[in-house]
Amino acid sequence: MTKSKTRTIKVGALARVEGEGALYVRIRGQEVTDVQFQIYEPPRFFEALLQGRMFAEAPDITARICGICPIAYMMGASHAMEDALRIEVTGVLRDLRRLIYCGEWIESHVLHAAMLHAPDFLGMQDAFEIARGHPDVVTKALSLKKLGNEILEAVGGRAVHPVNLKVGGFYKAPSRTAIRALVEPLKEAVDSALYLTRAFAAFDFPDYNYDYQFVSMRHPDEYAIHEGRIISSHGLDIPPSAFLEHFREEHVKHSTALQGMTTDGERYLVGPLARYSNNFDQLSDLAKEAARDAGLGPVCTNPFQSIVVRMVEVLYACQEALRLAEAYEEPDASCVEVVAGAGEGHGCTEAPRGICYHTYRLDDDGRILGATIIPPTSQNQRQIENDVLGVVQANMDMADSDLQWRCEQTIRNYDPCISCSTHFLNLTVDRA
Amino acid sequence: MPEPRKAKLAVWKFASCDGCQLSLLDCEDELLELAGAVEIAHFLEASRATVRGPYDLSLVEGSITNSHDAERIQKIRRQSKSLVTIGACATAGGIQALRNFAKVDDFIATVYAHPTYIEALAKSTPIHDHVRVDFELRGCPIDRRQLLEVLGAFLNGRRPNIPAYSECFECKRRGTVCVMVARGTPCLGPVTQAGCGNLCPPHQRGCYGCFGPMETPNTASLSGWFGSAGADQAKIRDLYRSFNAAAAPFRRESERHD
Repeated sequence: MTKSKTRTIKVGALARVEGEGALYVRIRGQEVTDVQFQIYEPPRFFEALLQGRMFAEAPDITARICGICPIAYMMGASHAMEDALRIEVTGVLRDLRRLIYCGEWIESHVLHAAMLHAPDFLGMQDAFEIARGHPDVVTKALSLKKLGNEILEAVGGRAVHPVNLKVGGFYKAPSRTAIRALVEPLKEAVDSALYLTRAFAAFDFPDYNYDYQFVSMRHPDEYAIHEGRIISSHGLDIPPSAFLEHFREEHVKHSTALQGMTTDGERYLVGPLARYSNNFDQLSDLAKEAARDAGLGPVCTNPFQSIVVRMVEVLYACQEALRLAEAYEEPDASCVEVVAGAGEGHGCTEAPRGICYHTYRLDDDGRILGATIIPPTSQNQRQIENDVLGVVQANMDMADSDLQWRCEQTIRNYDPCISCSTHFLNLTVDRA
Repeated sequence: MPEPRKAKLAVWKFASCDGCQLSLLDCEDELLELAGAVEIAHFLEASRATVRGPYDLSLVEGSITNSHDAERIQKIRRQSKSLVTIGACATAGGIQALRNFAKVDDFIATVYAHPTYIEALAKSTPIHDHVRVDFELRGCPIDRRQLLEVLGAFLNGRRPNIPAYSECFECKRRGTVCVMVARGTPCLGPVTQAGCGNLCPPHQRGCYGCFGPMETPNTASLSGWFGSAGADQAKIRDLYRSFNAAAAPFRRESERHD
């Protein structure tokens, strides 16, 4: 290839991501002149179709934004409605919510790390190829993922789009027997999570670090999953209700997902790297030790190591689920009573891919007047484009096909959920 | 004698949440065996490797919502010996078919600052509105046991054994107490196709119709019962107007209560 010409590398439809997207990179000589992370997932207009629906319908409807992380949507919507209607869900019901969210983290993180991301580090096309050479890795991963789904089923009644969650709590409290049945498998799962953390820590990680603005939730008493304030590594500390005062979205032509940024127009990163780096001190001792043994410091600035961070979070989620399952006693009531009425509410939780914000306005009957939902992949889009730029610039001498794969891997660092963000991926690298 | 050629399986996505494709990856106990039994020729959510058509079996998730996808499904049909649609988006238009009851331009303007960047058809439509479909697997999401049954059937050249009767049968068989009779909770079970595995009534909530209308649903009669239990017109309309809103029997019934 001649260095003075334009180089073009194209990926028609990016694989091993949830949803549809593409990437366009243009290189003139030794300079990257354009990076477009293109999301062409057809929009489904959730914020519009929610208008006029009853507040109680929002969890089930918004679950359908994403089949991989429905709990994030159901719980964000529920918290926002509970904020609007001034009720609080505490005690056993709150613990059950944290338990089912642990199930979603386990299911989603293991799917991404072992099945979608790990093949990149091994130069393989998919997890089926890994299974031929390293069957123990894939079978352990599948059993962990299955356990995540079993938690979702035990608490929520179904793994994809659970039926048992509602504003105020649950339709029916799960039986003590059903939850205690998770205890023994969760003890084994802690060992499997440790095994996979060590296996993935042995990968060669491309040398790329960036001084990210990490945005995550933080809770005073626990590693934040489903509740807390929104903080950043640059000193932000706000309640979810102030989200729109500090962050905004912009509509660009090459994406059906709105792009998130701070109100000052700065890019930022949400997800496992941000949570880990902001809240390392709140991980369990075992998770901290596993992270240190895997070569991670208390802050992780290499996005390719996100695969290890995800497994550290899986380890933590297994321990946390175990603790909650061992302590579970059936509550007196399956939910807090909710009375429909007018109000405005905000909710934010840590979806596996990062913070997911909801706000709704309700009329006197409890019907939705307006809805805004800001999913994690929308917020990460600008940072993803910037990482691709950095990675291409640092690897200008790579052959086109290798560079293309490295770009795909860079995008998969974010476990992008394109179905979610359109509320995503083809790759084109255009070199001159 | 040479080994028989493995069937080529393809999975395609249109407007959807990915949950039905995920149900295939959620068959944790059967996944590796399945991957050995067929050639996974096109499954972008799971693999970078793609093989050109024709394909023996295409699974299609999602609904048609823009002109690009309306053309893409035609190409997929031409390359597929059998085409099976999976999930409420593909079989009925999905939750995004709520736009069919509104003006799509209003929807675009509600969500996007630059409506001219967005190309969308006025309606979200099921795959069978565009091409011949060999089998429709219902659900929002589909049930993975039913998916395995459909895969087994098509790979062995037989009809899938998927019941078309109502969700009421699942309650009766399991001994679930009727939530309408015992608690007065509105339930779409009498008019909804079985297959979810009996989920909502055992959780003390009414069926919300994920699997779409059963074979011959008597929706008018059921709505009468809802009315006498105190549900107003808007509530009855919204019950039918959700994940299978555009399936004809549910659409017509919801429009009677507009």
